[in-house]
Amino acid sequence: MKTDFRYMRRKIFGTMMLGLSILAALAAVSMLFWILGYTFIKGISAVNLDFFTKLPTPVGVPGGGLANSIVGSIIVVGMAALMAIPVGIATAIYLSEYGRGFFASTVRFVSDVLAGVPAIVAGIVAYALVVTRMHRFSAFSGSVSLALLMLPIIIRSSEEIFRTVPDTLREASFALGVPKWKTILSIVLKTASGGLVTGTILAIARVGGEAAPLLFTSFSNSFWNFNPGQPMATLPVDLFNYSISPYQDWQQKAWAAALVLVGMVLILNISARLYLARKGFKRNG
Amino acid sequence: MAERLSRKKILSPEKIFMGMTGVFSLSVLLISALVVYELFSASEPTFQKFGLKFLVSKEWDPVQKVYGALPFIWGTFYTSFIALLIALPVSLGIAIFLSELAPAWLRSSVGFLIELLAAIPSLIFGLWGLFVLSPILQQYIEPPLSNLSWLPFFKGYPLGLGFLNAGLLLAVMIIPTISSISRDVMYTVPANQREGGLALGMTRWEVVSKVVVPNSRSGILGAVVLGLGRALGETMAVTMVIGNTPQFSLSLLDPGYTISSAIANQFTEAFDKLQISALIELGLILFVISVIINAFAKLLMLRMNRFSGGARI
Amino acid sequence: MADKIAVEGLNAWFGKTQALHNINMAVPENSITAIIGPSGCGKSTFIRCINRMHEEIRGAYSNGKIILDGEDVYGSGVDPVLIRRRLGMVFQKPNPFPTMSIKENAVAGIILNKRMSRHEIEETAEKYLRRAALWDEVKDQLNKPGVSLSGGQQQRLCIARALAVEPEVLLADEPASALDPISTAKIEDLFTDLKERYTIVVVTHNMQQAARISDRTAFFLSGRLIEYGTTDKIFTNPSDKRTEDYITGRFG
Repeated sequence: MKTDFRYMRRKIFGTMMLGLSILAALAAVSMLFWILGYTFIKGISAVNLDFFTKLPTPVGVPGGGLANSIVGSIIVVGMAALMAIPVGIATAIYLSEYGRGFFASTVRFVSDVLAGVPAIVAGIVAYALVVTRMHRFSAFSGSVSLALLMLPIIIRSSEEIFRTVPDTLREASFALGVPKWKTILSIVLKTASGGLVTGTILAIARVGGEAAPLLFTSFSNSFWNFNPGQPMATLPVDLFNYSISPYQDWQQKAWAAALVLVGMVLILNISARLYLARKGFKRNG
Repeated sequence: MAERLSRKKILSPEKIFMGMTGVFSLSVLLISALVVYELFSASEPTFQKFGLKFLVSKEWDPVQKVYGALPFIWGTFYTSFIALLIALPVSLGIAIFLSELAPAWLRSSVGFLIELLAAIPSLIFGLWGLFVLSPILQQYIEPPLSNLSWLPFFKGYPLGLGFLNAGLLLAVMIIPTISSISRDVMYTVPANQREGGLALGMTRWEVVSKVVVPNSRSGILGAVVLGLGRALGETMAVTMVIGNTPQFSLSLLDPGYTISSAIANQFTEAFDKLQISALIELGLILFVISVIINAFAKLLMLRMNRFSGGARI
Repeated sequence: MADKIAVEGLNAWFGKTQALHNINMAVPENSITAIIGPSGCGKSTFIRCINRMHEEIRGAYSNGKIILDGEDVYGSGVDPVLIRRRLGMVFQKPNPFPTMSIKENAVAGIILNKRMSRHEIEETAEKYLRRAALWDEVKDQLNKPGVSLSGGQQQRLCIARALAVEPEVLLADEPASALDPISTAKIEDLFTDLKERYTIVVVTHNMQQAARISDRTAFFLSGRLIEYGTTDKIFTNPSDKRTEDYITGRFG
């Protein structure tokens, strides 16, 4: 009877601990819904057509929107993607198709370490590299900082995708007398294309929400600007400036910006994941 | 009959293509070198003026042009430490739930939702911390804590902003990192080890705590290190809730400052060249910390070779 | 029958492990030569050496001579890419390109190397799908992905793809081992038809298959060529004890 009692105690303790682990998962998921839900409720009441089509108004003047910073974000992130994607994918090709030995593992290691560099540091580097030389804040310098953040993410996800392309396909192509470089361009790249797009979209979603590196690179701008050599408004930076302002009206705008930003980031993120999941399913089935 | 087998070309397309991709790979190394060079050269003025004293001095006064990094370094590590303290048990709980308890359909959907938490921009956490968490802390959580003010951790007034708020936010932000890597490692514990435990008469929890978790030790350590890396460098959320006061305090209720929030707040307002240099040197310190931490995590993961590719930051 | 391929003193390694030891054998033109032996005996490595696919594996290398129509495949300045266009290869597992349709797969070896008009593609695809005895089964679904076909059909598609490059030799590495008996029979019939035009070397672990389709058979064991002769002789009156043990099922 004594052993039974001890076993009961062990069992109850175990069940309690496992219950706590369920609670932990529940807590994390509810945090997600709390944060998203609150952003949605606060944001939806401040989002209207003007928000997407008008320029910001000065403090105290009601109305206006953040059209310029939405477009600005797209420009800054787009230029960053144009810089990071070619370098990232070409590097990933080298690492997965040719990369053996010391040089390749060094590149891999350095790019993994680069992936852990805080966003704000990327901003400082772009500041030192571009802003101090051009003597002014610019959209271009913002793009440089985001490209620095994107590059290691793209290298890593692309290399991994290339490695999922089965070697039997490369062999089939070699055996047909197709040179390696053509095999890479027309078989490996094509087979991997879905995964590459997904990885790139995830990288864009990841840096698209960053404000830290843009604060002192692309800076901000209350007007329309399409010149990459000039300061440019972006959604994250405006969100930050509005949220820490004391004005009720601006805080409202911050929530609207938050909703739009979260919406864009999550739509990119979720659609990329769903696409990959569907493709993976098809490949297996 | 057949065409000749050989063709002689010094610059074959094969070599050109390989060379080009190789040059791009080399550029990654050059870019990294450039990053290091720029950080060092731009922080030279403060380095010349204060030397290593910069690291240990408590004073940060742009008016007197005196700069010391200690309060920021302290704030960075203290907030991250608080975050780890909260995030580690919760993340392990999540990992245990996902790898040991959840049925398949829950496993993928809960896993997906928690990874989604990692996709939310830092700013949104900050906004939530500023407008939702801060009033809750100020009204309900911090007043009872301040009754324990005989402990150095609970001295001060309930402000809602400060180390506690920042630590909590960071915890939520690094939970996805730690839990998903830990889950991946726990998956790799072979089923026969679990069965071995069960056959010895262990309860399910005992199998988890005595077989699964110890077996995943080094992977969990790697996850913690990566989570720490993320917390140390996190900027926007912390900047919005830390209170931005450069002081050296143990109290959770006190406002503080971190390296990244100092850079975010002061960079555009700095008129003095020396202040810019001081902020860049703060960035350099953050860079060095994050390189050490990530290199350590990477080496840790290279050592456990069974663990290849599953982990993502 | 003239010799199409003459192998002289071939050795092959994976890193430090030697997989083939001093192989010497001649393959006559327009015949089917079967390579048999227990798994791990080096038979796949052997045919992968013939079209220089062996060296594509990390750490793998070989030496010796393989004479194709009087020219050494391993001679200095020989481009392995051009060699492979003359030595078609079919693999154990069918591996059509997943991004290509049936039609495109059939002519993949050509369109990857040069431009072709749509009309040429249609014509060439039909020609080789017919030659691979697949045309009647796929003519109504040419634009479907190659991977949508059954395993046996995929393998014949891969054969069509190999033939479309107009090789002189077809190397097949256990081409039917992943297939059901009916598909296997189709592949065997196809090979028998194809030997009028091509020289075929087929690796198989299935002795009945070797006996059914091949003219000559080589028996490999532990990386060495033990016995090589006409299929009749190998299966009815082998001269080596180990060959006899293997074909009578006493080991392996």
